[in-house]
Amino acid sequence: MNTTDYFQLFSALAPEIIVAITALLVLAADLLGLQETPRSYRMSIAAGLTTVGCAGAVAWMFLNRTTGNWHGGMFVIDPLNETVKAVILLLTVFTAMLSVEAKFTRHCGEYFALLLLATAGMMFLASTEDLLMIFASLELVSLSLYVLVAFDKSSRQSAEAALKYFLFGGMSAAFLLFGFSLLYGLTGTTHVPRMAHKLFTLGVDPLGTVALVMVVVGFGFKIAAVPFHLWAPDAYQGAPLPSSAFIASGSKVASFYVFAKVLLLGFSQLGWGSDDSAMGGWMPLLSIVAALSMVLGNLAAIRQTSVRRLLAYSAIAHAGYMLVGFLALGGEAFASLLFYVTTYALTTVGTFGVLGVVEAQVGGDQLKDFAGLSRRAPVLAACLMVFLLSLAGIPPLAGFFGKFYLFAAALKTEGQSLPFLWLVILGVAMSCVSLYYYLQILKQVFVVEADERARPLAVPFLAHAVVVLLAAVIVLLGCAPTWLLTPLQEAIAELGW
Amino acid sequence: MLAWTIYLSFAGALACLLMPRANPRATRAVALGTALAGLFCALAGALQFKPINGLEVVTHVRWIPALGIDFSLAADGISVTLVLLTGIAAVAGVLFSWNVEHRTNEFFAFFFALIGGVYGVFLSLDLFLLFVFYEIAIVPKYFLIAIWGSTRRDYAAMKLALYSFIGSGMVLIGMLAAYAVSGLASFDLQTLAQFSFTPEFQRWAFPLVFVGFAILAGMWPFHTWAPTGHSAAPTAASMLLAGVVMKLGAYGCLRVAMTLFPEGLKMWQHELAALAVTGIVYGALVALVQKDFKFVIGYSSVSHMGFVLLGLAALNIVGWSGAVLQMFSHGIIAGLLFGVVGRMVYDRAHTRELDKLEGMGLMRAIPFAAVTFVIAGFASMGMPGFSGFIAELQVLIGAWQAFPKLAILAGVGIVVGVVYTLKTTAKVFFSDKTEAAESHHDHHAHELEPISVQERLGAALLILCTVIVGLHPRLLLDLIVPSFQSPLFDGLRKAAGL
Repeated sequence: MNTTDYFQLFSALAPEIIVAITALLVLAADLLGLQETPRSYRMSIAAGLTTVGCAGAVAWMFLNRTTGNWHGGMFVIDPLNETVKAVILLLTVFTAMLSVEAKFTRHCGEYFALLLLATAGMMFLASTEDLLMIFASLELVSLSLYVLVAFDKSSRQSAEAALKYFLFGGMSAAFLLFGFSLLYGLTGTTHVPRMAHKLFTLGVDPLGTVALVMVVVGFGFKIAAVPFHLWAPDAYQGAPLPSSAFIASGSKVASFYVFAKVLLLGFSQLGWGSDDSAMGGWMPLLSIVAALSMVLGNLAAIRQTSVRRLLAYSAIAHAGYMLVGFLALGGEAFASLLFYVTTYALTTVGTFGVLGVVEAQVGGDQLKDFAGLSRRAPVLAACLMVFLLSLAGIPPLAGFFGKFYLFAAALKTEGQSLPFLWLVILGVAMSCVSLYYYLQILKQVFVVEADERARPLAVPFLAHAVVVLLAAVIVLLGCAPTWLLTPLQEAIAELGW
Repeated sequence: MLAWTIYLSFAGALACLLMPRANPRATRAVALGTALAGLFCALAGALQFKPINGLEVVTHVRWIPALGIDFSLAADGISVTLVLLTGIAAVAGVLFSWNVEHRTNEFFAFFFALIGGVYGVFLSLDLFLLFVFYEIAIVPKYFLIAIWGSTRRDYAAMKLALYSFIGSGMVLIGMLAAYAVSGLASFDLQTLAQFSFTPEFQRWAFPLVFVGFAILAGMWPFHTWAPTGHSAAPTAASMLLAGVVMKLGAYGCLRVAMTLFPEGLKMWQHELAALAVTGIVYGALVALVQKDFKFVIGYSSVSHMGFVLLGLAALNIVGWSGAVLQMFSHGIIAGLLFGVVGRMVYDRAHTRELDKLEGMGLMRAIPFAAVTFVIAGFASMGMPGFSGFIAELQVLIGAWQAFPKLAILAGVGIVVGVVYTLKTTAKVFFSDKTEAAESHHDHHAHELEPISVQERLGAALLILCTVIVGLHPRLLLDLIVPSFQSPLFDGLRKAAGL
């Protein structure tokens, strides 16, 4: 270990360092210099700093394109995880912009600092291939998010949501750690690719199966897949709106990416178990989790009257769709999954943006609060239509292509036999169900008239800009999916997955 | 030229949306301009239509190379026929919705979004693209009915949206499976049609895709969206639903399900024909006992679309070309019927119940509507001289060669069709009760506002089309019949033994 090595590592870590320093800077600026100024001013400064920091990190990544592997997979840079990190940073910026108008806290600096720390955790999560680092960065993300959920100190719901999220999260961390320790015991390494090799030579082992189940349980909590989803509706509903948006977007992207990496790389050869028993493999297990998530998420969403809870259940359903992508072969799985999760996250942030305006101005997140939105805020209503139809999978929006590609990839696995046809059929059928409840929201927005006292909403400029921008991105990515797909596929091809 | 129909419609939708809300007249002008421009492009495209091997490539651009998806538009005679139908229906639809005052700009925006999707389906040669346009058409239908509709509009709109979406879901599964199994990494219809899928695969994939599309074509027993949807929809939307949207389904059956899985058609031919004939007879019988004027027409649409499906199942060229001609013919006639019922009668009388209309003396009050309905009724019954006659005759000839017994049953359906059409006409326009009612309140008949110029123009356009095609069917048949020689239909011809 010589000094140049450290310098290289430092420069490789620069994006994460920039984000961490920004977090400290935001905190310092707010605590030291701005305590006497009005809150909106403090919020704007903090959000501005956050944006600059994230932009700086992205700029660094794209100006200094390097690849490398430090300390045996502890820290890895490749084109794919750079793309993922850029997406996470982008989502952070959008979340920060949506937070500017928020009125739930007086602790602006702390709020944005935590947001940035969570982001840094997600970036580490995306750029490691080591179980230990995965766990450590996952904890950084989780701890920050617990606090972000609890941030509305005046709201009992927020506290309740945070406690639920914390308890479930803690349990999932325990499962994950247990699984990881078993894996380490079996293979003697924490490096995922080496572990894959060892696991393959070991063949199907009962202990390996236990470890696998533990890992799936642990990550299942993170991505809110059935039956580990119970925290999601409460957390979505109780948390301050930007925190919900961040949990639903950035956290999803990072968790799915690392889950896919552990499962698809670490257990690459064990998808179907061994010849004598398929039970040891993760594919049957995961397909069941996917099916349950799709069915339960979609059916439960029908009954919701709170739009936040509805989005939470729809998030569970979408987690189910994304798990279908895991079943595709090799690189296709990563490409389809990342395309889906990225567009899904962007769509969700946009939806939360609209939801935030409605909550702030109308006073609730019930379906009826959306009545006549097309008259009260036509642009927002149009954007909401784009987001919800994209979630339902209607072309020409990004959500449609995401779903299409996901299902196509899952079907293309094993030649002529179409082993996952039943899952795709279930997925498509459940999409039909989902159209029903998305249309319920849109019916309120476009069909139902607002009562006479309703006035046009005063939409803050920043929220307007974010929402319109996101809607445009969703439409563009739907019409020209290659813009995102080609970079992803090239990066994956370069990695040889 | 043909491709511009799509682009112009979507541009028109956007333009209508951006028009000032307070000025519906300007919006209408823009809408009429868009519709006319679309019709003009369709006509010009039809006149310039020069197919090579039965197919004229319109646009071909790489779109998503990673999955073998191209933005490829092409037309054969069938597409041209249906594009023409769409153009005509769009113009008539705008003319018949001249009285929409509520949220006019949004109305026409949804209207043209739907039209653009329809044009797109008829012109797509790429399966993915076709599917995209097919789904684009779903959402506008929902809003057109839910916002501007009448009877039970919430229910009808949601039912239509879900039925369409379920149908397209079935199609999606079928097309993804075909894509995966073929291993060609292409969604090009011609490429896929050349691939011979195994009979076991076709056995389940064909009914899946065919029924998926046929749901929208109103195939019995999946037709129930049609009567409720048609009657809840505002006039222009019912004209489009019956006129072109149901054709989307039938076109998908022919262009996708049948060309991709010809062996599957052969296996399921008799079952499909039986369903089609059930639809014909059932639709006609149910229309006979309806009390709501629009429901009569709605069920008659189910009945007439049964002929399209019967023709498709016949597995011979007479049947197929008859089916396509019937799509065109029914599109025009159903548009006309819904125009009379929805716009001319319902918007004035504010009721569609046959018993109430009976006493209103509509023949005196709006003679133009009565005459139009009589003409449309004759055309719908299949009187010689109108397009319906030649189309249904061809279907029956085609069906006779394949399954004579079913063809006879279908003939019975035509007879019932005559009965309900005459019965309804007599009841609404020429009832004896009219005079009795008039003597009681004499002034009642004169309250109805006169038929507007736009309505007259729209009706005249549609009547003209059905008469021209009725008198000179070769105009369209010369387009349609050679299309079946294109490589796209190779497998289908082989399966039919032609």
